[in-house]
Amino acid sequence: MDFDLSEEQRLLQDSVAKLLADKYGFEQRKAYMKAPEGWSREVWSQFAELGLLGLPFAEDEGGFGGGAVDTLLVAEQLGRAITLEPWLSTVVIGGGFLRNGASAELRSAMVPKIAAGELLLAFAQAERQSRYDLFDVATTAKKDGSGWSITGRKGYVVHGDSADALIVTARTAGGQRDQRGIGVFLVDAKDPGVQRRGYRTVDGQRAAEVEFANARAEAVLGNPEHGLPLVDQVVDETIAALAGEAVGAMQVAHDMTVDYMKTRQQFGRPIGSFQALQHRAADMLVALEQARSMSYFAAMSAEERDPLERRKAMATVKVQIGRSARFVGQQSIQLHGGIAMTMEYACGHYFKRLTVNDAMFGDADHYVRYLADIGGLVQAA
Amino acid sequence: MDLRFTDAEIAFRQEVRDFIAKELPVATRERMLAGKSPTKQMVVDWQRKLNARGWAAPEWPKEAGGPGWTLAQRYIFREELQQAPAPSPLGFNINMCGPVIIEFGTEEQKKRFLPRMLNLDDWWCQGFSEPGAGSDLAGLKTRAVREGDHYVVNGQKTWTTLAQHADWIFLLVRTDPNAKKQEGISFLLCDMKTPGITVRPIITIEGGHEVNEVFFDDVKVPVENLVGQENRGWDCAKFLLGNERFGQARVGASRERIRRLKVIAQESLDGGRPLMEDPEFRRKVTEIEVELKALEMTVMRVIATETKRKDKKPDPATSVLKIKGTEIQQLCSELLMKAAGPYAWVDGDPDEEGGGNDVDVAPDWALGLAGVYFNWRKQSIYGGSNEIQRNIMAKAFLGL
Repeated sequence: MDFDLSEEQRLLQDSVAKLLADKYGFEQRKAYMKAPEGWSREVWSQFAELGLLGLPFAEDEGGFGGGAVDTLLVAEQLGRAITLEPWLSTVVIGGGFLRNGASAELRSAMVPKIAAGELLLAFAQAERQSRYDLFDVATTAKKDGSGWSITGRKGYVVHGDSADALIVTARTAGGQRDQRGIGVFLVDAKDPGVQRRGYRTVDGQRAAEVEFANARAEAVLGNPEHGLPLVDQVVDETIAALAGEAVGAMQVAHDMTVDYMKTRQQFGRPIGSFQALQHRAADMLVALEQARSMSYFAAMSAEERDPLERRKAMATVKVQIGRSARFVGQQSIQLHGGIAMTMEYACGHYFKRLTVNDAMFGDADHYVRYLADIGGLVQAA
Repeated sequence: MDLRFTDAEIAFRQEVRDFIAKELPVATRERMLAGKSPTKQMVVDWQRKLNARGWAAPEWPKEAGGPGWTLAQRYIFREELQQAPAPSPLGFNINMCGPVIIEFGTEEQKKRFLPRMLNLDDWWCQGFSEPGAGSDLAGLKTRAVREGDHYVVNGQKTWTTLAQHADWIFLLVRTDPNAKKQEGISFLLCDMKTPGITVRPIITIEGGHEVNEVFFDDVKVPVENLVGQENRGWDCAKFLLGNERFGQARVGASRERIRRLKVIAQESLDGGRPLMEDPEFRRKVTEIEVELKALEMTVMRVIATETKRKDKKPDPATSVLKIKGTEIQQLCSELLMKAAGPYAWVDGDPDEEGGGNDVDVAPDWALGLAGVYFNWRKQSIYGGSNEIQRNIMAKAFLGL
């Protein structure tokens, strides 16, 4: 057991931190949000230079050869700055599908472009009725000569508006809620059969509503008859990254709160001298440390080979991270008081991202239910 | 970063498990499984078995009679005992007084006391708290005045756990009433048979006799029983309290309770069906299991950092472990009681002193569960109350 980072990992962490300290102040972030795409192409190319965009890919494919811990470290730093760029969509989710489901040819065509910052991906999975069920898919994929043609409607496609290619779950067989018969397809975002409506989400990020009308799939990822295990695996890897991101955001929200408690004066003394508030801040720290522990557990479990064990682990991670994020987020607003209710102050933006982070791919309540239904974590004896 | 146990550690866990399976008396295990504390004789017998194996004091260095384990091994060992469930090595001897003697004691004191502590030839108890000195421990008033080759002790200790079993007591006493409150305290070892000591039971809300008041009336303690320097006893106290790095997390104990809970919730019917089939109840259990998993990972982090630490300062995470560990244990005890439903209300425990109800009115698995629930409210009070832990966190780590 060893929680120490390797020299390379420390270097990676420091270089991301340095870049973000330089490029991602709160005011700079506001400016990026106003850009046409809602994030910064300049920062994106700096991510590329640092190797963050090729992070999870094998070195001989043009990647950085990073593992789950590297992803966690980068995600945590990005969470600290609540960055807006499509890193999660392109590198973690898109990258996950390429690593786990793409042919070597497809990877060799795409990975160098992703690593260079020239190719953006987005995951078109959720549908109006599906909520958090990855298997609830009404969008269809029909055999069309040697290829596939996709028809249906996907919602909350994170960074779907700026993506160059979309990774789409679609039904090749079975009914809407069948576990089998789901395929994963790569579709060119500029295909004539694709229509996108981009919008901003409450956390300052971008998403799109995407309509597919006989859109041509450029490639199949994994088994078109049974792609759900691939989706599960990629989503589980993404949950580990989301955990890191949440811990980074929680840490800043907590630091910001404690700093404010030391400077804000009421009744002639700093509000941090009041025990009721001190204890709340201590409880936030407990929640944060429990979450941090779980983010390590997440990184460790992302590489677990048994799918059920991995799913259980990630459900556990989701519950703890969601619970901690809610508490730290809400209390960081409460302990600040009115100032944190304003759009001008950073704290509220961390709270909003933490709230969305919890809901991504299923919130804490969803995973409590899942774990409870499969008999929990501890065997009866 | 590698968060897994090594192959050697996994093999060690198996070795411990096998030892427990072979050596732990069935009666001890069953009593503990029912949520009751082991009897004095059970604790003594078990401690001696551990001692014969060289495992009586997991945390002690080899030269003092410990097994010379790594932190990971100590953790695994304790977790396996808790999960069995088996008695842990007696805390007063092994985790409190022993380490203080190893750190601050004379060669003479080490030779005289440590081997008997390991073998539980002497049962120790802790004389720290006083009626006026609880969370504010340094406010203690018990006086020790030096007269020739001994101290004369007068005063009162309270919450003295299992003093009724004890052969010896380690004491914090005030030797200089004029110094600042932390600076006039000394650490003494006192034979419980010394004339002038009176032990009076305190019966706690569940009806058990665990704690006591101990009165000192002109009790003579030989000067050679002073540990460390006179008026430097607070150093020993701080060391003792800070020594508790991850003991209070008790992950293995909570895991054992959850296992038990699932068995009982299967036996106990609700709406004509096992309680365990009720989705709402299952979710409550799941929430605890998640917290426990996170706590386990936090313990791992503490072990990993502690392994590399050179100083002996208390670790920030200790407070997190105390707060979460006790909250989880209390929740477990509450769910266990609730799972038993009305059967949990049968008062008393026929095996206990003063325990009343031996009528056969409830299933065996339900007996005593309410008692444990009431008794375990102590957990967030002792060892530095959870509010004191929050004060420590706010002051020491948040700088508030």
